[in-house]
Amino acid sequence: MPNTSNAPTQNYVPGEHPDLKPPIGQTGILLWLRKNLFSSTFNIVLTLATLYFLYLVIPPLLNWLVLDAVFQAGSRDECRALGEGACWGFIDKRLGQFTYGFYPIEERWRVNLTFLLLVMAVLPVLWEKMPKRRIMLWFSVLFPFVSAWLLLGGFGLESVNTDQFGGFMLTMIIGVTGIVFSLPMGILLALGRQSQLHFIRWICTGFIEFIRGVPLITLLFVASTMLNYFLPPGTTFDLLLRVLIMVTIFSAAYIAEVVRGGLQAVPKGQHEAADAMGLKYWASMRLIVLPQALKISIPGIVNTFIGLFKDSTLVVIIGLLDPLGIGRASLSDSKWQGLATEVYVFIAIFFFICCFSMSRYSIYLENKLHTGHRI
Amino acid sequence: MTDHEAQGAASMQVSDQEMIRISEMHKWYGQFHVLKNINLNVKAGERIVVCGPSGSGKSTLIRCMNRLEEHQRGEIWVDGVELTSDLKNIEQIRREVGMVFQHFNLFPHLTVLENCTLAPIWVRKMPKGEAEDVARAYLERVKIPEQADKFPGQLSGGQQQRVAIARSLCMNPKIMLFDEPTSALDPEMIKEVLDVMIELAHDGMTMLCVTHEMGFAKTVANRVIFMDGGEIIEENEPQEFFNNPQSERTQEFLSQILAH
Repeated sequence: MPNTSNAPTQNYVPGEHPDLKPPIGQTGILLWLRKNLFSSTFNIVLTLATLYFLYLVIPPLLNWLVLDAVFQAGSRDECRALGEGACWGFIDKRLGQFTYGFYPIEERWRVNLTFLLLVMAVLPVLWEKMPKRRIMLWFSVLFPFVSAWLLLGGFGLESVNTDQFGGFMLTMIIGVTGIVFSLPMGILLALGRQSQLHFIRWICTGFIEFIRGVPLITLLFVASTMLNYFLPPGTTFDLLLRVLIMVTIFSAAYIAEVVRGGLQAVPKGQHEAADAMGLKYWASMRLIVLPQALKISIPGIVNTFIGLFKDSTLVVIIGLLDPLGIGRASLSDSKWQGLATEVYVFIAIFFFICCFSMSRYSIYLENKLHTGHRI
Repeated sequence: MTDHEAQGAASMQVSDQEMIRISEMHKWYGQFHVLKNINLNVKAGERIVVCGPSGSGKSTLIRCMNRLEEHQRGEIWVDGVELTSDLKNIEQIRREVGMVFQHFNLFPHLTVLENCTLAPIWVRKMPKGEAEDVARAYLERVKIPEQADKFPGQLSGGQQQRVAIARSLCMNPKIMLFDEPTSALDPEMIKEVLDVMIELAHDGMTMLCVTHEMGFAKTVANRVIFMDGGEIIEENEPQEFFNNPQSERTQEFLSQILAH
């Protein structure tokens, strides 16, 4: 029989066939290109069309964003005289306000410090192999109190009223608080909705359905105006705190439904195995069911968090000055008119970086928690 | 019978101590009467095989013994404690009764070792180091000590089921329930699981086993129970049960199962 393949074939006795190396050309960049970009006529057309599209879009975008952009200028007219691209000089002048809102300038170090501490508090939670993780986790527990003290002042620091908060700092406060508190609350609601105890189930289901059935804007309006009618006259209840509560319960209701999906995906056998070995309800939930349910729910949970983070911009409607509010206010400056594109692109970049990081972290987490085939 | 088996059989002593007593027990799924008037006594050291056609209620019966299923009428006593809706009793019984499932039900997010130490640590409050020593000893006994740090998803079906047996044994149970432990396994893996179970029987463990492995029933069981339609139809020593089945339904079942 003629041997058509280029690799020499040798006959082995059955049972003694060695493990051979794969044929040459099964790996490498060229093969990847041929396989993925130029495998068929349609694929070739698609690849070329995409390249042409990128050629049309990327150079002008790059010109506008970076190459022709003006990074420092005193006014819009100066900007336009210096270059044809984006006028980042405007953002540069307003960066302080975009970041801190109307937080007193001499106290801004407190916000910076809080951000630094936030990174230190988040790291041990997200990074499992961090050195001295256990001790650092204690700091994470303390962080909410430390940050509240740093931002609000009192006890030796000058107090700052929450209506001076604004900009990205406000977005971070709403986003981080919402994320940190809505996850445990959502998990409890999800468990409650599956409870054997009818009363708890009814309360949790009613809560979830009500909150999910109402737009966040409505809840924010309730927080900003209507709550005053319900509370006894004279009680002051910080507006930012009310917004934080509303955002948290809103996102908790969504988290609850995502987690419920995860809970239902855990096979019944897992509950039975946990029961059969004598684990009590909370132990079996904490050790067996929730770790699996949450792992399944990661994409949905992160999706909800990203939504929450972006929805924090809605607070502009009730008068809190988040980046969009600051942006709108700064656009009315007569020296800098007509720069709306720059402002919104800048804000969009900030949000994209935050949301994209969350998305990448969730993928990292999914891969890390992958423990072979599901059972 | 080889010498080894004869020796083994001699070591399988049945004592007079009563481990399980079920009397006039009934169970319904909605309108469906699954278990009808079950009476069964199990003494310490007994190896009982429960067989019967599918849907006969045999799995439901052993699942009632640790209250994975609730019975509606009659009494079930396990190791001197009655199974009622009292959570304390249920927890106490579950601590003493190990269960092995058809689909293993290992915890996929924990390593083999963590699977084995979880219940001793959280239910028996055993220190972690001690629990790990116990777990490694049992993994040695089911002949997979080298897999301790792998995840269940990385093991074969037979290995997973042996981990499941080790996991139950780590709680040092007085009774072991097996719910079709080999039904989900490839033929060449059935033997490795049965070998572990046979060894367990020789060590004097009280065992109830729902299985279609009639070879196992013949060599290990001291009693075979045949169920059909939710009732115990026939109950006998294996020798008598296989050679001289009394009821017609038993004969029919045996002819089907032993024909090939």
